[in-house]
Amino acid sequence: MSGTAEQHAEVISIAEQRAARDARVAASRVGASDRPRCEALTVAGRPCRNYAVSDGRCRVHAERETAPRADTVTAPERPAADRPTSIGARSGGPARDAARKAAVERLAPERRGVPGGRPESDRADAAFARAERELTRRGFGAAIDGVELLRDAADERWLEALRGMASVVRRRITGDYDVDEYGFDEDLTTNLMMPLLRPLHRHYWRVTSHGVHNIPATGGALLVANHAGTLPADALITRLDVFDRTGRHARELGADLVFRTPFIGEWARKTGATLASGDDADRLLEAGELVAVWPEGYKGLGKPWRDRYKLQRFGRGGFVATALRAEAPIVPTAIVGSEEIYPLLFDLRLLARLLDLPYAPVVAQLFTLPLLGPFALLPLPSKWVIEYGEPMESMEDAQEIADDPMAVFDLTDQVRATIQGMLHRNLMGRRSVFL
Amino acid sequence: MAAGRRVLITGIAGQLQGLVAQALEQRDDVAAIVGVDVREPQHELARTEFVRADLRNPVVGRTLDTADIDTVLHLSLATSSPDGRSRAQVKERNVIGAMQLFAACQKAPQVQRVVLKSTTAVYGSDYADPARFGEEGGPRSPTRTGVGKDAVEVEGYLRTLGRQRKDVDVTILRFANLLGPRVDSSFHSLFTLPVVPTVLGFDPRLQFCHEDDAVGVLEHVATDETPGLYNVAGEGVLYLSQCVRLAGRVAAPVPLPLVSAVAGLIRRSGRADLPPDQLRFLQYGRVVDTTRLRERLGYVPRYTSRQAFEDFVEQRQIHGLIDREDVARWERELGAFLRASPQWPTATRREQVRP
Repeated sequence: MSGTAEQHAEVISIAEQRAARDARVAASRVGASDRPRCEALTVAGRPCRNYAVSDGRCRVHAERETAPRADTVTAPERPAADRPTSIGARSGGPARDAARKAAVERLAPERRGVPGGRPESDRADAAFARAERELTRRGFGAAIDGVELLRDAADERWLEALRGMASVVRRRITGDYDVDEYGFDEDLTTNLMMPLLRPLHRHYWRVTSHGVHNIPATGGALLVANHAGTLPADALITRLDVFDRTGRHARELGADLVFRTPFIGEWARKTGATLASGDDADRLLEAGELVAVWPEGYKGLGKPWRDRYKLQRFGRGGFVATALRAEAPIVPTAIVGSEEIYPLLFDLRLLARLLDLPYAPVVAQLFTLPLLGPFALLPLPSKWVIEYGEPMESMEDAQEIADDPMAVFDLTDQVRATIQGMLHRNLMGRRSVFL
Repeated sequence: MAAGRRVLITGIAGQLQGLVAQALEQRDDVAAIVGVDVREPQHELARTEFVRADLRNPVVGRTLDTADIDTVLHLSLATSSPDGRSRAQVKERNVIGAMQLFAACQKAPQVQRVVLKSTTAVYGSDYADPARFGEEGGPRSPTRTGVGKDAVEVEGYLRTLGRQRKDVDVTILRFANLLGPRVDSSFHSLFTLPVVPTVLGFDPRLQFCHEDDAVGVLEHVATDETPGLYNVAGEGVLYLSQCVRLAGRVAAPVPLPLVSAVAGLIRRSGRADLPPDQLRFLQYGRVVDTTRLRERLGYVPRYTSRQAFEDFVEQRQIHGLIDREDVARWERELGAFLRASPQWPTATRREQVRP
């Protein structure tokens, strides 16, 4: 491009400026800028513009090359033509592609097994593939899932899904489900809450997550994460992400305000949350459950915009003592993106005190209320990245340390520092808030 | 005394107490059973003697001596106020009656064992409660109203008796909501209303104890030496909404500000007893730990909470608007339709391919 610009330099002056800008960009890429960029090429064949994190590569590309994991890199690279022109339009692409390929492969042997082949189905497949290619090119991620649904509709799987739904409806009407002593209704959570959250997870906040292998597949573990965004959407999305990636339900520990509030309290109990008290947490961990805590609590949720991604005090370290007593590993988790869903500009303290709430937020969206009406209350569609860090294993003399307040404080700080570090790393690797 | 235990049962006219007496009559190691109540018992009792007296009456103390009683089953602690007695009267009978009874027991040297039927209402019901109450971990905010408070006070008096008379075995059983074909409870009356009143936005976690288990565990502690404090409830937890669905009935959620007014209306109509402390229970519910019952006392309840509730629904012939069989049939029919319908060519083809 710069070559053509030089040829026509004296004719079109605007091209000259463009060339100068390109040269600047190239220079910065070589290393003139203080922050190195990623060396890899994007799927569209352009140099990646993400900042490098490790080995001269950004988080996205480093993950791809160094740690080949089933969910990120099974699929071979598709032809460039099939690729989206804008990367941001379809983030989380590789994972989705892999999932789709796997689904097609699952179906394939059945198709071959049908005597005489199924020409009409092949034609349909070809049509679907064409439509999908076209849509992918234009970056309609959501529409593609619709197409997938249609394709499934032509097959047994759709009927299976319908039968499954009928069975769920029957169980809900007749009360034929089990609840554990904390009030966790697994049937409701798996079949109602998770499917409702999934579009938010996939299409609205386009969550990508790293390091799922750090969550133990069995046994008690304590997932500790940062909390932000005025409303606790991050807790729900993290739970869904953990469930979809590991099949385990993370049991949340919630503040007592949650259980006092009508509807919310009921919903929280039914979806597996319980009060953040020592007894409940101890017993959950001893029973080998995965427990999730957001130790910042309301201080994290209701912190002003200027303090975004600055971890607040981690409670009183009760969660560390709990993990030590149960000798369960702590999985530090960093969630990037949740801060931007409701940027909290002001906190109306007086109103909060009157209403007996922890904070009374004025979020940025409220100013567009006259313009957009109720749509202004929607959370912003930021791009989320969740990273599950290396588990911090329990020590030999864990029981003694649990009774030593100083050691517990130290460990709490250590967990907090780890999560803060993970947050910074992921923030550096992030291209923009929304893409 | 060598022939067996001589048992005094208070509140013998009650359903549960009658069943306990019948169960004890069957046993060879129980020599005599004396029932005390102000009403005549209506059950079939073979060898139980009956003393018509109020617990506040000194006759009870004399009975302990004349009948040579060594085991006292205090089962008359009212957990609801049926037949329209006022709260003050119930409290008078509950607390003062128990005080007098325990005072008489302390005076009677032959008394070796006192068993109290208490209630899990002593734990109260609060949003900040732990998910499961153990016997030792008390409530965060001690209950200040209703039968829960009575039970706390009566338990206190019994503990005092245990301290004063070291030779007396003191057993306190805290029962969850009793359900069954014969025993009436405040919870039972909820399901006799045309719709089940609930609190909008709240769904309490409930545990039930089947009446057979209640009788079984009382018989167990009357004849076996395992003093202590035990929670008694079936395994497992049900939500009130789940109970409503299991019974096929319809819930009528009442918004929180109107709850006490609606409860007052129901109470005045005399169709169900909904005391104020019960309303809080309908918001938050309560779950207790029954490990100690199973491991230390060695009694494993035969019914889980859900089995107890299902048995209750079946035996009491509570008919719902929605029949469970109907719903199961609809599901089967939908499944059959999906499989057979010619509108789904792939499905039928797959059927043919399968051998």
